[in-house]
Amino acid sequence: MDFDLNEDQTLLRDSVERLCAGLYPSLEARQAHAKAPLGFPDANWQTFADLGIFGLPFPEEAGGFGGGPVETMLVMEAVGRHLVVEPLFPTLVLGATALRLGGSPEQLARLAPGLIEGALRLTLAHTERQSRYDLFDVATTARRDGDGFVLNGAKSIVPNADSAGLIVVSARVSGERRDRGGIGLFLVPADAPGVSLSPYPTQDGGRAAEVTFSDVALPADAALGDPEGGLPLLERVIEHGIAALAAEAVGSMETLHRLTVDYLKTRTQFGTAIGAFQALQHRAVDMLIELEQARSMALYAAMMVDSEDAAARAGALAAVKVRINTACRALGQEAVQLHGGIGMTMEYLGAHHFKRLAMIATQLGDTPHHLRTLTDAEDGLLAA
Amino acid sequence: MDLRFTADEVAFRDEVRSFCREKIPAEIRRKVSEGRGLSKEDIVTSQRILNAKGWAVPHWPVEWGGRDWTTVQRYIYTEELFQAAVPLPQQFNCYMFGPVLATFGRQDQKARFLPRAANLDDWWCQGFSEPGAGSDLASLKTKAVRDGDHYVVDGQKTWTTLGQHADWIFCLVRTDFAAKKQRGISFLLIDMKTPGITVRPIITLEGRHEVNEVFFDAVRVPVENLVGEENRGWDYAKFLLANERTGIARIGLTKERITRIKRLAKEMPAGAGTMWDDRDFRARVAGVEVELKALEITQMRVAAKQGRADSVEPDPASSLLKIRGSQLQQAATELLLELAGPFALAAPLRGEGANDLPGGFDWVDAAAPSYFNNRKVSIYGGSNEIQHNVIAKGILGL
Repeated sequence: MDFDLNEDQTLLRDSVERLCAGLYPSLEARQAHAKAPLGFPDANWQTFADLGIFGLPFPEEAGGFGGGPVETMLVMEAVGRHLVVEPLFPTLVLGATALRLGGSPEQLARLAPGLIEGALRLTLAHTERQSRYDLFDVATTARRDGDGFVLNGAKSIVPNADSAGLIVVSARVSGERRDRGGIGLFLVPADAPGVSLSPYPTQDGGRAAEVTFSDVALPADAALGDPEGGLPLLERVIEHGIAALAAEAVGSMETLHRLTVDYLKTRTQFGTAIGAFQALQHRAVDMLIELEQARSMALYAAMMVDSEDAAARAGALAAVKVRINTACRALGQEAVQLHGGIGMTMEYLGAHHFKRLAMIATQLGDTPHHLRTLTDAEDGLLAA
Repeated sequence: MDLRFTADEVAFRDEVRSFCREKIPAEIRRKVSEGRGLSKEDIVTSQRILNAKGWAVPHWPVEWGGRDWTTVQRYIYTEELFQAAVPLPQQFNCYMFGPVLATFGRQDQKARFLPRAANLDDWWCQGFSEPGAGSDLASLKTKAVRDGDHYVVDGQKTWTTLGQHADWIFCLVRTDFAAKKQRGISFLLIDMKTPGITVRPIITLEGRHEVNEVFFDAVRVPVENLVGEENRGWDYAKFLLANERTGIARIGLTKERITRIKRLAKEMPAGAGTMWDDRDFRARVAGVEVELKALEITQMRVAAKQGRADSVEPDPASSLLKIRGSQLQQAATELLLELAGPFALAAPLRGEGANDLPGGFDWVDAAAPSYFNNRKVSIYGGSNEIQHNVIAKGILGL
């Protein structure tokens, strides 16, 4: 048992922190970044690429740095601490995991270099209007056509689709809408004929899009892995996504808790700093407990996300998301309450953390969804 | 970073696990698991088996029977005891009195008391709380006035856990009445057989005799029974409270309770099946398990940090473990109460003239008493409100 970062990890943490702190010195800077047409300045993306961020998930033979879940965690914590708007999550976590775990050596060789140098962005399209959080609920079809496929259907709230070069799409090759078999993951160029996007801003300062596919012709090598057995791959991608969101949430909660405690120390009423009041002190402590329990779960996620035991892994990540969601809600709400009126304003940084945390709790599975996963497991998925 | 146990740690865990299950009598472990009271003999028997193995006081200095274990080993040891439903070594002897004496006592005191404390030849109890000194412990009034080579002790202690079994009591007493309240307190060892001591039982709400009042009426205590320096007792008490922090959350205890609840739920009829088919009940169990997993990792993080620091100052993070750990212990007893359902109401006589068991279930009559009794865990050892104060000051700087 060892919670220490090694030398490379410490270096990574420090340099990512330095980079993000430099790009995000203030809320005003963040809002200015978000106003760019695609939701972030392209120059910022290149800055992340120059640091080598996008090489982290890939093995050295594919031109990457061979990082693992801990490295991703360190990056995502910084993303959370600084409310970074560059779409690191869809490219670095969702897209890169799909490519790394599902791609053939040829696909990896074709795509990884561009991704690593910052020329290619990815995203994942799996949510449909009826699917909620069920990954196997797929109405979008990929009809076989000769060696290739023809894609039809619609995906919803696809993160940063308007800045992605390639969209990883879950689509059904065979079976009924809610069958676990018959689903594949396909690499679809965002500018392919028949792909249309309706992009919009999100509640937390990011971007997403509705994406429709109308007779989109795909070559055979668009499929990542088995085109009719892709659900386990999609599940793994989402597990990595949960681990990353957990780390982002921890980073954001860390900042929001610090802002709140600072506010308690400086805001005076009744002739004293309001932090002198025990009722508020105890609530700030409860926020800290939420943060530390969430931090433990982000570590647990990093430890379990590459486990070979699929059932244990699924249970662990479900538990992680349940706990993270609870913390996002509880800590966020308390932060706004303890700030009083200022916490309600668009001009206050803490309010933007509150919004991001509330949205994390809706991404990749809400609490009832993951609690059901745990409940339906034979003996409870956590070894008691 | 690697949160898994090493091969050596796994081997150690397996050794502790099999020892607990093979060597500690099953009848004692069954009582612990069912939340029934243990006799003095049960506790002594279990501790002597551990002590013979050298495992009663592993966190003491090696020269007094301790083991040179890592913090991870200590953590594993405590968790395995809990999970096997082995009574922890008598806490006042092993986690409070022993470490204080080993750190601040004289050599002759250590030689006289420590081996007997480790083997539970002497049963120690704690004389801290008073009727007017609970959360504000430093306001205690029991006084010790010097008279030749004796102190004369007058006053009252309360909530003295298992004082009815005790041979000795370690007491905080006021020796300087002029000093600031924390500065005038001394740490005194008192033989419970000394004339002038009266022990009166307090029956707690579930009906058990677990705590006592102890009265001191002109009790003469030899000056040689003072620990450390006069008027430094508050420092020793703080040290005591900081000790054995790694076990404070009692994760293993709650795990054991949850495992048992799952087993019993599969046998408890409900609807067309059992309580384990009830999705709502299972969701509540899962909710507790999620929180427990998070706390387990938080505890490991604290243990890993302490392994390096090894400070005598209390780590405020241990207050976090106390708060959430006590809440989870209580949550587990609530789940058990819920599982017993309508049968929880019955309080049948046991033993001679025993009544029929309610619904024929042999465990349901212990569910409510366990729920009642476990309200104590968020009160004792510094209430959860005091722990909040500790964190607000020590970590948040408020």
